[in-house]
Amino acid sequence: MFGAGGGTSSYQEIETTDCIVLWGSNARSAHPIFFHHLMKGVRNGATMYVVDPRRTESAQWADTWLGIDVGSDIALANAVAREIIHADLADTAFIGRATSGFDAFAESVEPYTLDLAETITGVPKAAIRSLAHGYATAGTAQLCWTLGITEHHNATDNVLALINLALLTGHVGRYGSGLVPIRGQNNVQGGGDMGALPNKLPGFQDVADDGHRAAFEAEWSTSIPADPGWHLSLMLEAMGRGDLTALYVIGENPAQSEADSAHAVALLEGLDHLVVQDMFLTKTARLADVVFPAAAGWAETDGTVTSSERRVQRVRKAVEPPGEALDDVRIFFDLAATMGHDWGTPDAEAIWNEVRRLSPMHGGMSYRRIDDMGGIQWPCPDEDHPGTLFLHEWLWDDPMVRDPAPFSPVEWAPPVDPLDDDFPIRLTTGRRLDGYNTGVQSSGYQSPIRHGAVIDMTPEQASDLGVAEGDRVRVTSRRGSIEAPVRLASGLRRGLVFMAIHDPDDVDVNMLTIDAWDPKSGTAEFKATAVRIEQLSTT
Amino acid sequence: MWTGGDRSDLDDHLAQGGFRRAADRRHLLLPALHALQSAIGWVSHGAINYLAERIPVSPAEAYGVADFYDLIATDHRPPRVASVCDDIACRARGVEADLRMLEDALGPAGEIHDDVMWMRSPCLGQCEKGSAAFVQVAGGRNVTVAPAPAETVIEILRSEAPRSSAAEPPPVVGTTLLARRSGSLREHLVGEGYVAMRTALRMGPDAVLDEIEASGLRGRGGASFPAAVKWRAVRAAPGPRYVVCNADESEPGTFKDRVLMEAHPYGLIEAMTITGYAVGATRGYIYIRGEYPVAHLRLLDALVETRSAGLLGGDIAGSEFSFDIEVRQGAGAYICGEETALFNSIEGYRGEPRQKPPFPTEAGLFGRPTVVNNVETLMNVLAIVQDGGEAFASVGTEASTGPKLFCVSGTVLRPGVYEVPFGATTRELLDLAGGVTGDLRTVLVGGAAGTFIEGDQLDVPLTFEHTRDAGISLGSGVVMAFTTDIDMTAIMRRIAHFFAEESCGLCVPCRVGTVRQEEALGRIQDGVSDLDAERGRLSDLDAVLRDASICGLGQFASVAVQSAIELRLIGGDE
Repeated sequence: MFGAGGGTSSYQEIETTDCIVLWGSNARSAHPIFFHHLMKGVRNGATMYVVDPRRTESAQWADTWLGIDVGSDIALANAVAREIIHADLADTAFIGRATSGFDAFAESVEPYTLDLAETITGVPKAAIRSLAHGYATAGTAQLCWTLGITEHHNATDNVLALINLALLTGHVGRYGSGLVPIRGQNNVQGGGDMGALPNKLPGFQDVADDGHRAAFEAEWSTSIPADPGWHLSLMLEAMGRGDLTALYVIGENPAQSEADSAHAVALLEGLDHLVVQDMFLTKTARLADVVFPAAAGWAETDGTVTSSERRVQRVRKAVEPPGEALDDVRIFFDLAATMGHDWGTPDAEAIWNEVRRLSPMHGGMSYRRIDDMGGIQWPCPDEDHPGTLFLHEWLWDDPMVRDPAPFSPVEWAPPVDPLDDDFPIRLTTGRRLDGYNTGVQSSGYQSPIRHGAVIDMTPEQASDLGVAEGDRVRVTSRRGSIEAPVRLASGLRRGLVFMAIHDPDDVDVNMLTIDAWDPKSGTAEFKATAVRIEQLSTT
Repeated sequence: MWTGGDRSDLDDHLAQGGFRRAADRRHLLLPALHALQSAIGWVSHGAINYLAERIPVSPAEAYGVADFYDLIATDHRPPRVASVCDDIACRARGVEADLRMLEDALGPAGEIHDDVMWMRSPCLGQCEKGSAAFVQVAGGRNVTVAPAPAETVIEILRSEAPRSSAAEPPPVVGTTLLARRSGSLREHLVGEGYVAMRTALRMGPDAVLDEIEASGLRGRGGASFPAAVKWRAVRAAPGPRYVVCNADESEPGTFKDRVLMEAHPYGLIEAMTITGYAVGATRGYIYIRGEYPVAHLRLLDALVETRSAGLLGGDIAGSEFSFDIEVRQGAGAYICGEETALFNSIEGYRGEPRQKPPFPTEAGLFGRPTVVNNVETLMNVLAIVQDGGEAFASVGTEASTGPKLFCVSGTVLRPGVYEVPFGATTRELLDLAGGVTGDLRTVLVGGAAGTFIEGDQLDVPLTFEHTRDAGISLGSGVVMAFTTDIDMTAIMRRIAHFFAEESCGLCVPCRVGTVRQEEALGRIQDGVSDLDAERGRLSDLDAVLRDASICGLGQFASVAVQSAIELRLIGGDE
């Protein structure tokens, strides 16, 4: 947001904030470490609102759970904004000094009355009003979200709608107030920071910017194309057209993680050449022409990871990788040597120092300082810089020295996969505490709270369908059909069912999901699928 | 907010709760686990998950609490399970023969056969009856069986509707505490009930505190702390304040509080109400041992009747003073008799002790200033307020005032609770109980955490000051006789086993030390080692347990064993 991609706040801030809004996030199950910090805040007296179609485990701790209908987030956010403006709770001094485009924004949210929002979202208007007033009047507030916001066809608009709320109330750029997209894994943030994005070089430097590119070209003594690359959704489209014929997959399992997975597998099978580099022989790796067995990033290699709060931390090799597995970097070096480029011997610290030379926001992070300080939060441009607890403090400079932050009017649009008589039930997907993405890392061990590949529904829904817990049902979307046993769960409602994504080998839920994706972020709409559910005749 | 049953459309889109509400309901966890246990006979993972969602509390925490208590089973149990006492008082009366019969008829302890199960249990507080069993009945009321010959236990386990067969306690001797009984409020009122309460209301809280101070009343639970100091500290602290009655009587050989509660529940309620009035509390809790079903029911009935008579609740007896009492049941954990562990148990946490300070007078139940006294201590309040502190202080010795209850058990003719003025000796108490049946070997004073004595020590007056000077632990007033025909090494091993089982595991010295002590005694009893080889290790353990355990359980876990070594009661003594 406003440039570099990362949460604005540190974990410690949520521990003392006054108000926590968890929007489209079941952090208790999906981001349990972050949730520990969040619970400290709750115990310290923060008021918590949870916005989620499901009454999730996280929502059980909320003062107020707003059970919106899937894909209605923008209608809710705009109505909250309108209520804040009409109740005279907007931070007009902050808006006037630090933002631009307020008038157009105010006009854009004007149609989103509480009544309209109640109709679209299903949430009683009193609760919407309570969220608006609670967030706007809090001394400090943390607005947190995850995939419930971003796994939609209009993901970027969803995020912008939330950013608008922070700009409206001045809940950003101050200690305790911020915007917090919680990251999964220990190093999703680090991946983006290091330039694993189609349009960015390390340190979020634009690949199209001649100045940014020049520094890298000088360091590497080569030229870098100025055109942005493709993100995954564009790659899949290019494979479909036949424009992309060779693929090198590192630590991903697109054969099972992509929406409409039957289609994804067909595309992967149609490639001329597929290389997979992974710790495990994933389903994608089984389709590959060449597989590089890779070392485990957390025990068998040296390097750094970057957490959700932008904190760079060191990882140390504890054991040798088994068998023929090699450190990822070593694999790259060997590949380069085979192509005729001698890069020498891999050295994690030397590579890190190269990052520091090229990425200004990492410049001050020597290994020694990272050790001494228990990790450092970017930006940290030089060795005298303490790192940055929270971002965008400049918004509070008076007078402003940078361009004001713009409001971004956005309009609500329903999910792409509509409900109708043939597909009357909304299926949403997500994570459970004991599972991890496609299960590559988590399916190998036992868990007392593992439910397997089940479809969750309320007892009322099961009764409508004439099924009992454990009965197998057929779930059909416009793209495919799967079978799964029923599990009764109280956090849902009639017309809303849930499946986790962790057991694609048993039940491939992404056979059902739609690959409609957000043109700005490339994220597919995993969260909103129209399905019908049929009882399987018992044999 | 949906809390079960049919949901409205609104419940599909809105729920209100949150941490504050959850924190307010956390204390319901143990009562809810009791309810599940009572209805089903055990508490499944599914039940725990459901409970965790409803309170709410994290499932892991709910499991941690359920798993803490012996009376809450987290694995499958048949609908009837008998816990049969095999502790030292019952051993002294020869319970082992019955346990062997149970094993022949029902299979080994702890295994399910023919849908019934029996287990060995620590002291059930029925020592005057010679043997005892506590039967958990799914879907019905738990029952106490005492005495509990094997054939009776078998019959009860196999019957469809087990009924309590506890014999009424034998006549008890006493002039003050044991002189009154109250099977109903009417009986209580006829016997001068609420004279003390009305006196207190007339004289005001400060005057009540003065009388308590003048009485010299000290706690009867083992720590002998002056009651007035405790009460004044609570009164001086900011409200809300609580009064907690520690009725978790679990010290092996102790049963006086059960006798008091079964005989005179209305008196306890009145005494707590006066305590609440004196310290400015409006709410009291009675935490009663889970294995005392009779006393529990009598207290519940008495509370209902007292409340409906306007003597509990709002504006008591027409005054502006309001006070109410709730009964909470323990669930088979000796450690919960420790006052801070007891608070944690009521609050819905594992019954582990807290670090002190802060002391309960400052931060007790729910973090509030709390008076916590045991049943016997509180019962003395009635006489003190009614007759005056000076009259109370004229009984007993200068430093140990008033009457004292002793639980005389083991190999005596008439085991039971005996009330004497402070100053009586062990020998006098044995005589009161009809004398020893056989050749006396030793007497255990103070319970499993107490001291073995013999010879001249039997003539030491059992007062706070005399026992302290003589190095005897008075504890909760246990006097347990052992004749020469009893295998004392086996008794010591049982005591060590008790502490190893009951250690909550919070602090390392106790968690590990109590187990090592039991192992050493096991080696001696099994003949693979002798006392000389183990003496040094037991002495080291004793030092570590005393110095480094955070609560009294660990600090006293080696006292009895050490005193037994001193008297050469263990191993090899011919």
